Amino acid sequence: MRSFVRTHATEVSLLAVIIAISAVLSVSTANFFSLGNAFDLLNISSVNIIFAVGLLVVLIAGGIDISFAVAASVVQYGTAIALGWIGGGGWISGLLIAGSLGILLGAINAFLIHRFRVISIVATISTFNIYFGLLMFFTKGVSIYDLPDWLTDRVILFEHEMPDGTWIEITLPVLVMVLCVIATWVLITRTTTGRQLYAFGDNPEGARRFGINIGAMQFIAFGWLGLMAGIGGLIQAHYAQEVVPNALYGRELDVLAAVVLGGARLGGGKGSVLGCVLGVLLISITQNGLNLMGVSPFAFKMIIGAIILVAITLSNSRIERLLPFVSQKGAGR
Amino acid sequence: MSAIVERVKTLIGPEMAGPGLAFLAVVLVFGIASPQFLSAATFGSVAFQLPELGLLTLAMLLPILTGGLNLAITFTANIAGLTLAWVLQANGGVEAGPGAFLLGSVLAILVGAASGVIMGLVIAFTRAHPILVSLSMMIFLRGLGEFLTRGGDVSGFPAFLGPLGHGSFLGVPIPLIVFVVCVLAWNVLLTRTKLGFNTYMIGSNLEATRYSGINTRKVIVLVYALSGAMCAIAGIIMLARFNSVRIGHGESYLLITVLACFLGGVNPFGGFGRVIPVFVALVVLQLLSSGLNLVGANQHLATAVWGLLLAGVMVLRFVATKFKISFVRKET
Repeated sequence: MRSFVRTHATEVSLLAVIIAISAVLSVSTANFFSLGNAFDLLNISSVNIIFAVGLLVVLIAGGIDISFAVAASVVQYGTAIALGWIGGGGWISGLLIAGSLGILLGAINAFLIHRFRVISIVATISTFNIYFGLLMFFTKGVSIYDLPDWLTDRVILFEHEMPDGTWIEITLPVLVMVLCVIATWVLITRTTTGRQLYAFGDNPEGARRFGINIGAMQFIAFGWLGLMAGIGGLIQAHYAQEVVPNALYGRELDVLAAVVLGGARLGGGKGSVLGCVLGVLLISITQNGLNLMGVSPFAFKMIIGAIILVAITLSNSRIERLLPFVSQKGAGR
Repeated sequence: MSAIVERVKTLIGPEMAGPGLAFLAVVLVFGIASPQFLSAATFGSVAFQLPELGLLTLAMLLPILTGGLNLAITFTANIAGLTLAWVLQANGGVEAGPGAFLLGSVLAILVGAASGVIMGLVIAFTRAHPILVSLSMMIFLRGLGEFLTRGGDVSGFPAFLGPLGHGSFLGVPIPLIVFVVCVLAWNVLLTRTKLGFNTYMIGSNLEATRYSGINTRKVIVLVYALSGAMCAIAGIIMLARFNSVRIGHGESYLLITVLACFLGGVNPFGGFGRVIPVFVALVVLQLLSSGLNLVGANQHLATAVWGLLLAGVMVLRFVATKFKISFVRKET
């Protein structure tokens, strides 16, 4: 137990913060501490968690991706059109099309990064503009509401009426989210590829001399994020029951903040699925709690931004205190 | 034309190759494709559109040179704009005098600098990653702005602000004059001052700079404060151009400013990059979007082409490095 605390300091402190916030919210609001609300939270956070575990893999491999949310929009649109061609389709064909489109878009990033040695932030900022510009140009910003029935019908896998009359529901997005989380966890902790991703992210040159195929690493990391972006995009279309080309614009930075809050390091080699999920949940719980407390929705973003800023400041300064810091303090003044 | 570019290139170094070539290509392609392209009207529209994006890019440039990033620039600009707007409204709105404008501008620049100082302090003292710090600052400022304005517009400014956004002085648009003055100021700052030198040093190697006795924390705080102040100037110009302030104004510029810096040959890890190539890169981007407008495309296609241009320049740089063409220095 103690060694778990030591090796998972970020996760444990995040969990502690989440428990503290939940305790305060349970006392101060009537509806927070209920199973119904907990399941609502899961349903709402599903898409962000799917994106987040994908981005986590790229961050572990030492990259960064700005383009995935826009890529997910491209996938939504592409899938909606492709489903029209094949005359409806179903969940299997939908997920296959969305997944492969996503992998393709991710592979474009990996190709630029690996083949031409473009730094990942530069490559993904250019693909961000390319994807979004072309999407808006060809769609003229028009949304698609005419989606196949199977995609827009809510799928409730489990429902149960609580004694107080509220319903708890597990919907399809939650199932998909859980599968994505488990798949990512298996990939990065239980396979050789996963260990190689960590090694590559921590020290690319060392990994190369070790005989790790660095090209494959880039394609696996960005391909995985592409796959998650594709799946997440389809699930978001299912959840929102419409495809709006700029609906996910700007989501990339929110997800990035959540993932890094969960302990992933910009620069590679560090991060865990648990931390990443907790990071997203912390933000969702805060937002949910503020809502239940009757705070103006206009203030949500402000409070969340302040919380992330404080969290980063605290988590970094605590780590620094363990380092030989006294001498630096003198130099700093 | 190319002789001038040659001379400019030798004057300011190897970063110029990418934007310089892109500039020539854009002028050639659109000059042939559209007869109206090489006209005063095109250059007039470029001259009016350049300053907003340009000032924000200058704000982005300094943090990138230290190896960081300031993702909060657009919202810092609008919060500063809001500060000016409220000072003007408190002093009579449409009837506000130049004194109120001056006071408001000073306050706006202070507000911009303050947001930079907070980011700088967190980055310098906790060593948190600048992307992360500025990202949370961005979320915070966006929330603050939405909270204070309820997402709406603030408008109703005195008439004398109009020329600042739309007027010309001796045929040169006033926003362009402001922008060029800022470009020159940044150029002097980076090439002639101690702070500029230290900025490059920190971008190359923070630890080595600290060990050589430079107060790196002070430099980082100053860099982000200056970046915030430059955002505020952009915010004031945007206020005058749109005649209103809204927290979402110019939101899409955020990643374009990063794109412009990289296109201008700035090293993404910091330490290398100059103001003038970035300026040329900005002109190229605006010429591209004006040219595409002339041949009937819209801003969204221009955005896609901007992305393609950045990817293309990066690929060309790689190819050039690989074949050791002499005018491109190896960039890592």
